[in-house]
Amino acid sequence: MIERRRLVNTIMTTLTALCAFAVVGILVLILGYISFQGISSLSWQFLVQTPKPVGEGGGIGNAIVGSLTLLGLASLVGIPLGIAIGTYLAELGSGWFGTIVRFVADAMIGIPSIVFGVFVYALVVLQQGYFSTLAGSIALALIMIPIVTRTTEEIVKLVPKSMREGALALGAPEWRVTWDIVLPAAKTGIATGAMLAVARVLGETAPLLFTAFGSRFYNIYLDEPMASMPVQIYNYAISPFEEWHAKAWAATLVLITLILVINIIVRYTTRKGY
Amino acid sequence: MSNLPDQIEDLQPKRRFSSSDKVYRILLTGCAALILIIVITMLIVIGQGSWLSIREFGLSFLFGQVWDPVKGEFGALPFIYGTVVSSVIAVLIATPLSIGVAVFLVEQAPRSLARPIGFLVELLAAIPSVVYGLWAIFVLAPFLRVYVQPPLQATLGWLPFFKGTPTGIGMFTGGLIMAIMITPIITAVVRDILEAVPVTQREAALALGATKWETTKIVLANASSGIAGAVILGLGRAVGETMAVTMIIGNRPHISASLFDPGYTIASVIANEFTEATGDLYLSALVEMGLILFIVTFIVTALAKLLIMSVGRKTQNVA
Amino acid sequence: MFAIRILFICVLLVSTMLVSSCFSGRRGKGDAIKIQGAGSTFINPLMQKWVSEYGNLNSNIRIDYQSIGSGGGIKQVKERTIQFGATDVAMKDEDLASAPGPILHVPVILGAVVLTYNLEGIGQTLRFSPATIADIFLGKIKTWDDERIKADNPDVPLPSVPLTVVHRSDGSGTSAVFTNYLAKVSPEWKEKVGEGTSPSFPVGLGGKGNEGVTGQVKQTPNTIGYIELAYAVKNKMPVAQIKNKAGNFVLPNFETVTTAAAETLDQTPDDLRATITDAGGQNAYPISSYVYVLIYRDQMDEVVGKTLVDFLTWGINDGQRFAQALYYSPLPEGMVKRASAKIAAVSFNGRSLRTEPQ
Repeated sequence: MIERRRLVNTIMTTLTALCAFAVVGILVLILGYISFQGISSLSWQFLVQTPKPVGEGGGIGNAIVGSLTLLGLASLVGIPLGIAIGTYLAELGSGWFGTIVRFVADAMIGIPSIVFGVFVYALVVLQQGYFSTLAGSIALALIMIPIVTRTTEEIVKLVPKSMREGALALGAPEWRVTWDIVLPAAKTGIATGAMLAVARVLGETAPLLFTAFGSRFYNIYLDEPMASMPVQIYNYAISPFEEWHAKAWAATLVLITLILVINIIVRYTTRKGY
Repeated sequence: MSNLPDQIEDLQPKRRFSSSDKVYRILLTGCAALILIIVITMLIVIGQGSWLSIREFGLSFLFGQVWDPVKGEFGALPFIYGTVVSSVIAVLIATPLSIGVAVFLVEQAPRSLARPIGFLVELLAAIPSVVYGLWAIFVLAPFLRVYVQPPLQATLGWLPFFKGTPTGIGMFTGGLIMAIMITPIITAVVRDILEAVPVTQREAALALGATKWETTKIVLANASSGIAGAVILGLGRAVGETMAVTMIIGNRPHISASLFDPGYTIASVIANEFTEATGDLYLSALVEMGLILFIVTFIVTALAKLLIMSVGRKTQNVA
Repeated sequence: MFAIRILFICVLLVSTMLVSSCFSGRRGKGDAIKIQGAGSTFINPLMQKWVSEYGNLNSNIRIDYQSIGSGGGIKQVKERTIQFGATDVAMKDEDLASAPGPILHVPVILGAVVLTYNLEGIGQTLRFSPATIADIFLGKIKTWDDERIKADNPDVPLPSVPLTVVHRSDGSGTSAVFTNYLAKVSPEWKEKVGEGTSPSFPVGLGGKGNEGVTGQVKQTPNTIGYIELAYAVKNKMPVAQIKNKAGNFVLPNFETVTTAAAETLDQTPDDLRATITDAGGQNAYPISSYVYVLIYRDQMDEVVGKTLVDFLTWGINDGQRFAQALYYSPLPEGMVKRASAKIAAVSFNGRSLRTEPQ
């Protein structure tokens, strides 16, 4: 009996390790492929210049700035709202209303990003009569909200009851318990949710195509079309030219690096005490 | 646990449940209501857009098997089938894989290894869909065609799932690329959930003489509702995934039991045809596809929840 | 404190946003004339060249072009969210009728759809007659050594392997041109499938975009598909010779495509909306097409309208020299004249915006 349990233990332990190495293997394959295809086009000029016609070089400087602007604005709305709704679901959402909201959030995750794009196009772009950074940010924020909501809820639910009870017993009001005890305890998990949402929208082309549109210039205005990395990558990737393909891969490499940097910053600022 | 404050409130002098807590509750409820308002607005806009098609085809839209924009015939069944089958493949592959990775990272790997691997896995979530698609065409599909599909066909070819010419393009590859794309999402969430399970639980199990795996099983069972949430997150991504799947699934609106045959998903047809659709009925039919996707997501999500909950309960009983 | 830090970041971001939104790009007219165009993906590389070159010539003009697809271009022009559109397929009558004003079609360049294939061990260029192409895409020809393919290629040792068709899955001008051609040469195709941007193909794998079809044909043995010329050339894939109306097998290149346009000039209607597939002429490539720029006849802003007219006039004259390097075919002489006359019709308050007659 003991032997069998030991055997099962060894098998399962090996299996989980295999899973990890398989996933890392796939990742290394994909990253390797992207690097192999794109590294030759990476240069300082590539990072700061604006796009140019085939054969004349050019870069993705305006797209990097554009993506960060769009992402910043979207996060500003999407992440706090997502955290608030997630907290509501975990702390107050056991009734029928909570059940509905939870279900709606789940369904919202499954809506293809292009539908958000079309929705914002109809509601914002057509009303204003022009494509704008603002419209693009709204579309991205809408995609972020349910992701942040669901991850926040799952993690806030796991904060031990005893912590809440302790604070409440000391006479703290409910909101202080959430704000000072529960959310800080759940911050690494919430950060994961936010990062997933950021990673998701930073790579999205479809919701931006008809909202933020695109531009070949540096742009700082929120009421004008804005370039973004995924749209630029998409345009490069679907072209017939080898040179532009390489730029698409290189831009992807930059995008991934950007995610990595954001990830490290977020992890660092929300790190647990160890 | 959420009615806990109420219980405590009963034991306390009334002063605590003050106006500040009322503001807190109203604020959070308001935010939650906002998501409902957004989705209802979306449903109204989508419903309005698809009204023409709903009136024209009625329920036959759901069961129609022909999709021919040139002749104005629209049926959604092959797309619904393709969406469900490909996302089920994706979730079936990704769930055990992700749980495996998460368990490895949290329960087994030394911290020095777990951190970088965790980072790497999260990076997978950041790769744009179109890049996955291109990689799938140039690397994954040829690999499957040569090294995976023929042996599968040789051993399991008598099953209806593995018939037909293996081209590397089709439902199987589509499901697989989706699985790769949702694995980091599920892994990241499951990892955080496992990390949040109190150490005392593990210590208690180990102290009772349980092996490491048995301890993990108890931890997993305790986290089952969270894991369910994580899987649904992944499922949602799979159902709504467009670009990568579109590039590799073959895009044929045709119902076939074989996973090697090309298929089509709802999200793919929207992405493929929306920008080029002219004609009111055609556009309306595409928008109705969006509406159906909404409903399919609802149903699939509900089913997945029930399924995972019941599995979780069983594990808990065993443990 | 975690919470306070987050709050601080939020406040910082909000204030940045407020400050930057004070500088609205729309409020003041500014120095530069800004023009936004969008549409056809096919013309994107050339359009990027044009807007860049034209910007170098006129530093106060900022023209931008986004490739969002021909259908997208038509839709955005109709919604007036952009100042000009570009499309591979002429607008339909009902689309023109529902637009808020008369829209002009200005042909600016020519393109070709080619047949490409992946057949190991075949060095020769394959030849196809129209009926054979229709039968392949109808699913009636299932193997490469079919008699009908052999008849066109008597000297080629065709292998006895199953033939897989690859077609576009996304709505596209490429599909519209290709099916327009097939509908012209095959009554059966016209009846069973018809023509359009999203035809329902009876057989085959669907690839997204030209690059998707290119990738699938390149990676899957024994396939055949249709793509734009540049994708075949740039990916070093074989390009089939196709039998034209005159009975000659013709390879697509800038001469044969321009010939197809020149040969059909007489039949081109006044609004210039024309298909030039299956054109007559000894040396005409049969699957060719125009790319159009869409522009409102009655401009709402004099400066923008004038700039557009000048840009398009430059494009169909000086701009043509950039075509070949990017695998487009230039307009024939006669069409440049007619397109130029069309541009002269663009007006503001009933007055033509063209200054010097070309």
